[in-house]
Amino acid sequence: MNDLAVCARGLSKLYRIGERESYTMLRDNVARVLTSPFRLFNGKAQPIASERAATVDAEFIWAVKDVSFDIKKGEVVGIIGNNGSGKSTLLKIISQITEPTEGEARIYGRVGSLLEVGTGFHPELTGRENVYLNGAILGMRKIEIDRKFDEIVDFAEIERFLDMPVKHYSSGMYTRLAFSVAAHLEPEILIVDEVLAVGDAAFQKKCLGKMDDVAKAGRTVLFVSHNMAAVEHLCRRVLLMRSGKIVLDGDARQAIGDYLSDFTAATEGGSLASIKREAGLHPVIEKLEFLDRCGRRMSAVAAGDTLTILIHYRHSEPIKRPFFGLLFETASGTKVFWVQSRMQRGEMPDLPAVGTIACRIPRLPLIPGTYFIQPGCGSGTTQLDLVPRACQIQVAEADVFGTGQLPTETQGMVLVDADWDVKDAERARRV
Amino acid sequence: MNEQQAADAASVVIRPTSGWVPLRLGDLWRYRELIYFLAWRDLKVRYKQTVIGVAWVVLQPLLIALVFALFFGYLGNIPADSRNAPYVVFAFCGLLPWQLFAYALTHSSNSVVASERLVTKVYFPRLVIPIAAVASGFVDFVLVSIVLACMMVYFGIAPHRVWAVPLFVAMELAAALGVGLWLSALNVRYRDVRHTIPFLTQLWFFLSPVVYPSTFIPAEWRYLYGLNPMAGVIRGFRWALLGKSQALGPWIWVSAAMTIVLLISGLYYFRRMEKTFADVV
Repeated sequence: MNDLAVCARGLSKLYRIGERESYTMLRDNVARVLTSPFRLFNGKAQPIASERAATVDAEFIWAVKDVSFDIKKGEVVGIIGNNGSGKSTLLKIISQITEPTEGEARIYGRVGSLLEVGTGFHPELTGRENVYLNGAILGMRKIEIDRKFDEIVDFAEIERFLDMPVKHYSSGMYTRLAFSVAAHLEPEILIVDEVLAVGDAAFQKKCLGKMDDVAKAGRTVLFVSHNMAAVEHLCRRVLLMRSGKIVLDGDARQAIGDYLSDFTAATEGGSLASIKREAGLHPVIEKLEFLDRCGRRMSAVAAGDTLTILIHYRHSEPIKRPFFGLLFETASGTKVFWVQSRMQRGEMPDLPAVGTIACRIPRLPLIPGTYFIQPGCGSGTTQLDLVPRACQIQVAEADVFGTGQLPTETQGMVLVDADWDVKDAERARRV
Repeated sequence: MNEQQAADAASVVIRPTSGWVPLRLGDLWRYRELIYFLAWRDLKVRYKQTVIGVAWVVLQPLLIALVFALFFGYLGNIPADSRNAPYVVFAFCGLLPWQLFAYALTHSSNSVVASERLVTKVYFPRLVIPIAAVASGFVDFVLVSIVLACMMVYFGIAPHRVWAVPLFVAMELAAALGVGLWLSALNVRYRDVRHTIPFLTQLWFFLSPVVYPSTFIPAEWRYLYGLNPMAGVIRGFRWALLGKSQALGPWIWVSAAMTIVLLISGLYYFRRMEKTFADVV
């Protein structure tokens, strides 16, 4: 008996630059036929796709190139990679939305793909109507929807608004309902693309729980996400993609580590020297670099992890009585915290004109999200440099306290550890 | 297990296709409920926030028929080809099939492009989309034919060959779908199609015997005229419902053949272009 669910061999997809082929004006084709009417009939075949790509590199791009893998029944496999690494295209090929340019895939079982939450939802229709419409679009039968209707509505927590057009829904209600329909799809192979990032924290947790159930029920799941915590939690096996290829197929932890270090490229070469400074300041700070616990460069760090920031500086003369500071702001500009060398460690020795300072934050107390850093430095009591929003850093979700609970942004801005003890045990026993 | 057996066991084999591909009507059958839901959505949405709602469906052709009766029948003196029906009934009998066809022309042709989100995010047989568009037009058709029935009762016209009506309805649907398939697939790649639709609709209208009887066309030209499937469909409707004695004319077979050609070629062309939809739309 065959225990494979998906078997892909050499899948490749060629796109014209710009991700999608642009539609043609009929005129263009007419013009082409008019200018060289015999080209169509001169017996010379059009070059096949791969030749074309090799010769006209500038025009075409392999979104997915020579991807092969086997997925066994009941396996839960994560697919991770940067934007544009081909994850979504791969899912589209496997979901039969787009055809591969080369290669072959065999699917053993009924596929349900969920590449977007709420596909086909119509704003003018009521919640009830949309459940049926969306269900049908996702491939459910009407009897199936009838049977699960109450469950879907319960899960979405929108009973009261069921007969209201969804255009009047809050975005939270809308996504809850949309996810809920999708969550009740029961295919043998489920393909999910980045749909967990919907709704509020409580609902996200519910979604994750639902995904867990699906996985535990022994169904095959292919799961694309940028949420590393979710991937790590759900999948034991992860495919890491980079520029259309699978560069790593294996243990989740290892793939995620590799993926996070991919981020280095994003901040590389971000010289701050050319940014215009305010009057009276000097472009002293040249560049910031982030190192993770193991000393690898990256622009993302897991919440609660150790972060080392390297400040590369260059001044016209040695710096006497130097100080360096870093201010962390949220994307919306709220100041979260500030670290400064003089405040935390007192006076530093005088510094040469060119050098690097390392600032190590042992347990980064930031809730997952994007933060901006404003570095500054000075000498004695003079401010030498200050670069607002010099660079950004991603703080990734992580199981900070080792409890399996993921802190999220709705719970404040900072992570604080605490001890919890039972103190009144004595009294409880006495009563 | 050898290669062939492995391929057989797979419920789906995904590989690049080229040229003409099979229609896979079985797939389409499995998704019949989706056709129903999409057509139903079209209908629901079309008359949301209108005061008289579905009444528009019957009011529109009724008003148009009255205008035709005034300009073509009364002022233009165009005779109805069947002596026993007043011009307004004659015109309405032509408008009924014409409107479904015109609906298919405009709506199905735009249907795939309008469903971009679905096409790029979910898999289902793409044929569902233009078929659903024609289906929602067919609901209008059914409603309007009730009005025609009322008119015929009012004017005391007994339908002569009711048995032939389903045949012509089928022919009409086939013609509408055939044209819809061609235009919807073309429209994905060539957006020019969208701009030609209003013109095409007008031209086709005058090439079809809606406001004039097909007997206006000289006998020697009728076979050529029959190349327009709608000429045959409308002629057939009048023959089945209003006609008393005139023969249908053998040119009707030209229309029927054209309809079949249009439908089958439309299906295959659509299937051939289908694989590019998600990348191009």
